[in-house]
Amino acid sequence: MNNLRRNLKAVYARAYVRIVGMNREPSWVVFTIFLPLLSVAAFVYVYKATAPPEIINSLLARVIIGGAMLAFWMNVLWGMGNNFYYEKELGNLDLYLMAPISKTSILLGMALGGMFSTTIRAIATILLGAVLFNVSFTLESPLSLGLVFLMTLTSLYGLGMLFASLFLMYGRGAWHTANLMQEPIFILSGFYFPIKFLGFFIALLASFIPLTLGIDAMNQLLGGSFAKKWSLLPVNLEILILTGLTAVFFALAVKALNFMETMSKKEGRLTLRYM
Amino acid sequence: MQSLAIETRALVRTFKTEKGHITALDNVNLKVKQGELFGLLGPNGSGKTTLIKILCTLLYPTSGEAYVSGYDVVKESNKVREIVNMVSGEESSGYGILTVRENIWLFSQLYGIPDKVAWERIDELLKLMGLEERADTRVHKISTGERQKMNLCRGLVTDPQILFLDEPTVGLDVNASRTIREYVKKWVRENGRTLFLTTHNMMEAEEMCDRVAIIDRGRILACDSPSNLKKLVSKEVVLELETSLFDGIDLPYKFSIEKNLAKNTAKMRFLLEDESVIPKIISKLTENSIKLISLKKSEPSLEDVFIQLVGRGLHE
Repeated sequence: MNNLRRNLKAVYARAYVRIVGMNREPSWVVFTIFLPLLSVAAFVYVYKATAPPEIINSLLARVIIGGAMLAFWMNVLWGMGNNFYYEKELGNLDLYLMAPISKTSILLGMALGGMFSTTIRAIATILLGAVLFNVSFTLESPLSLGLVFLMTLTSLYGLGMLFASLFLMYGRGAWHTANLMQEPIFILSGFYFPIKFLGFFIALLASFIPLTLGIDAMNQLLGGSFAKKWSLLPVNLEILILTGLTAVFFALAVKALNFMETMSKKEGRLTLRYM
Repeated sequence: MQSLAIETRALVRTFKTEKGHITALDNVNLKVKQGELFGLLGPNGSGKTTLIKILCTLLYPTSGEAYVSGYDVVKESNKVREIVNMVSGEESSGYGILTVRENIWLFSQLYGIPDKVAWERIDELLKLMGLEERADTRVHKISTGERQKMNLCRGLVTDPQILFLDEPTVGLDVNASRTIREYVKKWVRENGRTLFLTTHNMMEAEEMCDRVAIIDRGRILACDSPSNLKKLVSKEVVLELETSLFDGIDLPYKFSIEKNLAKNTAKMRFLLEDESVIPKIISKLTENSIKLISLKKSEPSLEDVFIQLVGRGLHE
């Protein structure tokens, strides 16, 4: 049996759970599309009430893009970071660890499935947001936008894969860790406002979170002339940094996963419930 | 080495805990032939699951060696993984949102089974297990027994050379247990596969296995066919007493106690060298205000072998 083929089948099978799961629970539509729109609506009305008319559309475009991208962050935190821990609790982790595949395939399957199902939610958020709040987007370079979106997702899910291995080490603490990381990222990534206003150094620090640069670049490509004035870095440079982050996070994720597997075999912490 | 399905040499596994080191396996030496139905019988916490986890490449041994089909479980773990599968009676694996069929398919893909072959095998296995009608039911809606049958299908769908079953019928009703036992026996015989079964159910070990190893506190105490093991207690008299429930009693004989809290009774099984001591046992019970409900002589079982070797019962 070809090793690559077996690993690809494993990726597809693990992604299948996510994709099918999303379609089978209609209630998730409410939780994943309509509820996040409420926080988007809050920012929309604040800007509508306070911002000068000429910059409102650019600001609202940012809020809607931020709201759409927020879905990916939540998916990475709760759907990726915590996932190995849930798999352990379910009893699936043993089955994955003893299968003749690279464990990276399982993480990759989780990531691809998560990306696919979350992309549907993100598109729905953008369409609904644009219609409900009467926001227009200026699409300047579809190729650059596609590239930014792709590199943002690959680096973000690379980070998610790293979280998955690291969170597993914490065991029950993972829940609290995820909670702890949820709110600060809302500010640091500039979901709802231009990150430049946080100051250069904080913005630079926040750039280690792929969403920061991704949202900034997407906003430059979709948000019109004012969005460019508020940009952190040129789009091409942001794409380059995101590519670098993808490679770094992916390499670290593979390393952490191997470490976790070796440790689990040595100490029995992950496979024996009483440990 | 090639003719052996499993071999362990001086296998030791210890765990570091807050209270110190626990020795889960202590110098375990086993040889399981290909095509054999091999059972590991021991009480809870005796090291059965630890041994299975090492053989399935989920744990490293602390020292010693273990081979599966001649492959070193540490150095050639990928080779081992391709030819084994494991099903645990207590596992709750799978995804509730997927159907029974989809769950089995998912895990077959980790072994690279082509889709067409996988779906054919899944339908055949579900039919044999009597799960045909539940095939398209989501897993969160099926019963514990059905889930255990599904797990067995998951283990068999990859057609492993060696199947590890860890307490496969624990918590199952008599009929479901029988279905699983019968199917596994047939599968091993017809396909020339090897079964490594762990259980604390002596009937199961006796009914299914060509050879049984008895393990307690990480040490293998005896290993032979069930009939040969029972010869260890052929000279002894086996006495079964049913009594009222009691806390404890000190008697200078080898015996086991199984309490039935629902019925408020206890079953005592004595292994006696001489049946002349029976009146002494009864009078001792009476002295301790323990009511005797029934008394009978019985045929020796593997439990008696365990009592003989360890001095207490399997369920204590």
